[in-house]
Amino acid sequence: MASAEITPAQPEGATGLLLLADGTALWGIGCGAEGSAVGEVCFNTSMTGYQEVMTDPSYAGQIVTFTFPHIGNVGANPEDIESKVESALGCIMREIPTGPSNFRSTLDLDTWLKDEGKIGLAGVDTRALTRLIRLNGAPNAVIAHSADGVFDLDALLQKAREWPGLEGMDLARRVSRKAHEGWRGGAWELGKGYGESAAEKPHVVAIDYGAKDNIFRQLVRAGARVTVVPAETSLEDVLAHEPDGVFLSNGPGDPAATGAYAVPVIAGLLERDVPIFGICLGHQLLGLAAGAKTAKMFQGHRGANHPVQRVGEGWGEATGLVEITSMNHGFAVDGDTLPANVEQTHVSLFDGTNCGIAIKGKRAFGVQYHPEASPGPQDSFYLFEKFVGMLGE
Amino acid sequence: MPKRTDISSILVIGAGPIIIGQACEFDYSGTQAIKALKEEGYRVILVNSNPATIMTDPEFADATYIEPITPEVVEKIIAKEKPDALLPTMGGQTALNCALKLFESGALERHGVQMIGADADAIDKAENRQRFREAMDKIGLESAVSGVANTVEQAFEVLERTGLPSIIRPSFTLGGTGGGIAYNKTEFERIVREGLDASPTTEVLIEESLLGWKEYEMEVVRDRKDNCIIICSIENVDPMGVHTGDSITVAPALTLTDKEYQIMRSASIAVLREIGVETGGSNVQFAVNPENGRLIVIEMNPRVSRSSALASKATGFPIARVAAKLAVGYTLDEITNEITGATPASFEPTIDYVVTKIPRFAFEKFKGAEPVLSTAMKSVGEVMAIGRSFPESLQKALRGLETGLDGLDPVEELEDASHDQILAAISRRTPSRLLGIGQAFRAGLPFETIRETTTYDPWFLRQIEAIVEAEKQVAENGLPRDAAELRKLKAMGFSDAQLARLAVQSVGAAPGAQAARSGLLHDAMQAMAGATSAEEVRKLRHKLGVLPVYKRIDSCAAEFEAVTPYMYSTYEAPAFGAPADESDPSDRRKIVILGGGPNRIGQGIEFDYCCVHACFALSEAGFETIMVNCNPETVSTDYDTSDRLYFEPLTAEDVLEILAREMVKGELVGVIVQFGGQTPLKLAQALEDEGIPILGTSPDAIDLAEDRERFAKLVNKLKLMQPDNGIAKSRDEAAAAARKIGYPVLLRPSYVLGGSAMQVVDSEAQLDDYIASAVKVSGESPVLVDQYLRDAIECDVDVLCDGTDIVVAGVMQHVEEAGVHSGDSACTLPPYSLSAEVVEEIERQSEALARELKVVGLMNAQFAVKEGEIYLIEVNPRASRTVPFVAKTIGQPIAKYAARIMAGEKLADLPPINRELDYVAVKEAVFPWGRFPGVDPVLSPEMKSTGEVMGLDRDFALAFAKAQLGAGMMLPRSGRAFVSVKDGDKPGIVDAVRGLVEDGFEIVATGGTHAYLADQGLPVTLVNKVAQGRPHIVDRIIDHEIDLILNTTEGWQSLRDSQSIRASALEHKVPYFTTASAGRAAVEAITALTSQPLEVRSLQSYYSGT
Repeated sequence: MASAEITPAQPEGATGLLLLADGTALWGIGCGAEGSAVGEVCFNTSMTGYQEVMTDPSYAGQIVTFTFPHIGNVGANPEDIESKVESALGCIMREIPTGPSNFRSTLDLDTWLKDEGKIGLAGVDTRALTRLIRLNGAPNAVIAHSADGVFDLDALLQKAREWPGLEGMDLARRVSRKAHEGWRGGAWELGKGYGESAAEKPHVVAIDYGAKDNIFRQLVRAGARVTVVPAETSLEDVLAHEPDGVFLSNGPGDPAATGAYAVPVIAGLLERDVPIFGICLGHQLLGLAAGAKTAKMFQGHRGANHPVQRVGEGWGEATGLVEITSMNHGFAVDGDTLPANVEQTHVSLFDGTNCGIAIKGKRAFGVQYHPEASPGPQDSFYLFEKFVGMLGE
Repeated sequence: MPKRTDISSILVIGAGPIIIGQACEFDYSGTQAIKALKEEGYRVILVNSNPATIMTDPEFADATYIEPITPEVVEKIIAKEKPDALLPTMGGQTALNCALKLFESGALERHGVQMIGADADAIDKAENRQRFREAMDKIGLESAVSGVANTVEQAFEVLERTGLPSIIRPSFTLGGTGGGIAYNKTEFERIVREGLDASPTTEVLIEESLLGWKEYEMEVVRDRKDNCIIICSIENVDPMGVHTGDSITVAPALTLTDKEYQIMRSASIAVLREIGVETGGSNVQFAVNPENGRLIVIEMNPRVSRSSALASKATGFPIARVAAKLAVGYTLDEITNEITGATPASFEPTIDYVVTKIPRFAFEKFKGAEPVLSTAMKSVGEVMAIGRSFPESLQKALRGLETGLDGLDPVEELEDASHDQILAAISRRTPSRLLGIGQAFRAGLPFETIRETTTYDPWFLRQIEAIVEAEKQVAENGLPRDAAELRKLKAMGFSDAQLARLAVQSVGAAPGAQAARSGLLHDAMQAMAGATSAEEVRKLRHKLGVLPVYKRIDSCAAEFEAVTPYMYSTYEAPAFGAPADESDPSDRRKIVILGGGPNRIGQGIEFDYCCVHACFALSEAGFETIMVNCNPETVSTDYDTSDRLYFEPLTAEDVLEILAREMVKGELVGVIVQFGGQTPLKLAQALEDEGIPILGTSPDAIDLAEDRERFAKLVNKLKLMQPDNGIAKSRDEAAAAARKIGYPVLLRPSYVLGGSAMQVVDSEAQLDDYIASAVKVSGESPVLVDQYLRDAIECDVDVLCDGTDIVVAGVMQHVEEAGVHSGDSACTLPPYSLSAEVVEEIERQSEALARELKVVGLMNAQFAVKEGEIYLIEVNPRASRTVPFVAKTIGQPIAKYAARIMAGEKLADLPPINRELDYVAVKEAVFPWGRFPGVDPVLSPEMKSTGEVMGLDRDFALAFAKAQLGAGMMLPRSGRAFVSVKDGDKPGIVDAVRGLVEDGFEIVATGGTHAYLADQGLPVTLVNKVAQGRPHIVDRIIDHEIDLILNTTEGWQSLRDSQSIRASALEHKVPYFTTASAGRAAVEAITALTSQPLEVRSLQSYYSGT
């Protein structure tokens, strides 16, 4: 029996479980939706913005460990969500979600998780789990919640073991929008909510590999009109929108897998000198299209405190400046594989990994981190202005 | 960007004496800064008048000036040392103000000194309310509706726009001195007047009230390339209306969505840029309307601060150290984060725990002061605690406060109170409001009512409610018997003592009832309740394996490995086997040093100094040093002071758990309990009971010195003299003892530090008053009755002893007579008027005491000399408040020596103590009178000073003058002196008055003194006493016609009559002396000052004789 391999045994009162593929169980109190989900366990060190994190499609296929112990303090509201598609499967917390306290809150976190079909697990030593990930890499696991504490452990373990892992997995196709649509809505302001789209030109076509909505709002704020198209849109269909520039969004999964259909489109855009801006997965795809390679990282970067330094020639006086960035990636462009025509523009000060590239002689660049923030610092909004600004050139 | 090579020497200005609003956090930051600058090869010159600081240890700066921090004196240091740059951001408001004055007077330009870190314009822009407001308008940040006023009339014009209630803040004052909240026009006018007086620029800011709004602080660091990072966000649990220094605060902010947080983050960075803080740390304070998130900027400090010290300790990010490096040209990405050793300082710390700070107050020391909190800071210290949840963190902080709490305990006064009474109590902003809220939940008051009454954020209230709910379960059902349930309670921060108390309640015993320690009844209770004492809870926990684990403070929420062992305890559920512990004890020989906990009057930085020295000395001697403390302001809780740091409450439970963990590996050589004041001493017994070795003098000897009867036997055995004394367990016994000894007598409760509730009484009526109002007398807590040696000279002696050999490190003569608490009186080293024979005899007696007590380490003794007779007042076989003063004076680190002796070395192995001094050191105490309006600023046996300064010069008069100047007492060099002294002082004051006349002073005096002085042929003018009709002396003080006051009193009536003189002198900043001896010293100092300019000299120069 497989359940014999599961340690430790279920303690009295446990209604939630994280079961690693090696049979290790972390028992706790379940919350949010009941049921189970399989994915990769990662950790996020941001102290705010759990709702944005949970709705970020880049977390599709993942279970998020929040390192900050109190999650749920500000409840949930209809504004702080980044997408309505598949995103994080569930979350692991040190403390049971607290009752909400915020003027914008409309629901408590527990109810919101339930409504969104996301599974929560509380009462776990999240720091121990984080250290495990740091030391051993991100494990595959099943998160499960059963209000009556009944779990089919054999089935859950089998599920965890059979899950193939994120490497080689194309998730972008799954979370991308299915139709071409004009984006409406600008940046959020206190007391006013989300702004309106105003500009007609320049026109940005955004390829949605699992985008966070705040990216589109930031493009609008910077003065662009945005049309969102599905991940698998062909080069011809992209060009049919007569874009002044093309944006490549963030998204989940292995860039190499998604690249199979995305790279040719991007290469075609590069060939035609269409201005390009990529974020996260979009940045990785741009790198692949330019001839670089991507690789899975050991523990990934997820949080809102990551320092990135501007390097290379392109920044004038600002070269050397540090931005505190929001990050969420488990794959990265391998900086050692950049072809001669690709310049490294940003690096992580934590581990030196590539965080930005520009294609020489083209109006095309990408960053690994999330300048749209949400959650996280807003130091990097300049990138949207830079991109929209170059579209008129 | 590499460091600057165009500058090679830097002047650092310290913060001076410890005062309310400016405590040892500036020693912590200054020490870090000096170390950082020295690392970079700069020559560092330091000025700080506070001898109890680590930063003024001679090995830190290249030239250390223990001199008054005034623009005149600092300019002399500049002229002498010719520094290239001045770093003004490490010494609080004192340093900023001094630097600004040096800039305005042109002194900096004259000497070619440039300010680094923050320039004069940035400081002014941040501090000047109007300019700050304009700057905020410019960057689109809202400020509260407000206006500046320089007169009362202007203030009323502003009031029309702000409305009532309104907040009044004087410009350029510390901790908001002189400010307040006005609810009506009369109150408004009074506070405006006080504020205008308190402000050096006669300016107040009047603001719309934001009472009840949420309050936040952001700690920001910026470098010269404009990289900006947030080190920490801090949320005040007490909403707007309480000074942030007096508020309970948590880190990080807990009740903001990311959108709101990022608005605040971006705003705080914009503030730094607009104010023009070029490099370094600053804090920006915000108010947030809980109804709609509207954000208002309150203020910013362009320097390191109390909250930056808290943020550093809370995150592990050393703000002051980094700020110092940035000031000399580095950028954040060029500095390593020493906690991880692998990542740069250019990141934002993220934490995976909750930090709670709770201030500690001293209202009980200041009779007549109302314990109500407002915008002027009143707390004297703070405790910080770290837990994995808010309840754990909060309850750890509460027990770390050492105010008798084991956690969120019931409020005795409110236990049988009605709902209305409880609501009335929690509607007031008092130090005990949080506990009152707990009581409100206990009494079943509705959540919404509590929220509306307190305007606490509901999130915090729910957490408090949860603690009360959990406590109720235990009080009803006893302790849970299984590990998981017990662990849940411990994870909410419940202490063993608290759980024992609750468990006992569950069996129907009255709360607080002492359970029998053994026997049938006890066994029955234990069986039903689970445990009946803290010890039994502990045993049960250990049996069930419910132990704390230690997690590291790593600045990154475990994303990277921490190389620095900076730890806190928490109760975790098992994960991957046992609960995950990260302490990783070493196999070395280790010594644990217990710190002093939160600062309070009577136990402050001096004890932390000793603990730090123990760490340094024992690390040098090859031991692993392990520090335990919970005071975020201190150097002892800097992560690189000891080899390992546990940021934990100093209770028996918490310390024993740490020791148990550390003893898993290596060898625990012992624990040092004698350096941190009373706090660790109180733990000595519990540690001994567990078989933990205590280093140095035995706890029994310490107890002997504190036990009246055993002490009397010792005195008799050594044939020493003690003031006649008795012990009383009731009012009648006290009266009988006083009659036998003869009035006046000194009354006090047993076991005190800092002279808590001590009083001299002249009659049985006064004795009755004391017994009725000041103490509870019982068999458990007797009152001590001592003969009061009026007019005796008091001495302090610090001695080093290794058990056999003894050396006297210093004999200090007090300036004020016996009867003034030793911590409150000025003193000199060497003595200035005692004969060599008397000093020798005092030394002989001290040595005899040390030998008899088998002291290993330090001992302090106090004597009184009256008419040639020497009386022993008390002996403390432990580090005393005077240790740093003695060490700084004689130039030898006696606390380090003591630590090495305690670890087994002999005096013979150490450098000899050299006490041949060709200079004099004077220590003067500094008082917080200005914070407690209505309190009589008079010295007594009850200690009231918060800090001290040191004056060093070639003779007593000059050293005393410097000490006064350092303490903020500006001695006049000419003008009019008012003299009114009691009969006994009249003969002794004549020469002093003659000196004043010779210095050109005009003398005015009241009746008796006038007649006496006139008889002595002195020119003196009569002035009315207050009771004699107007104009009287107080009128003349108010009209700025008096420049110096010598006023001594005898008996309560006379003291009461003269209170208004002292009060008005204080208010109008007229130097006043309330003892004849201090008056005489002051006159000597004035004469010295009028005849020669003050000169400055570094410690290093004093020590080397060059």
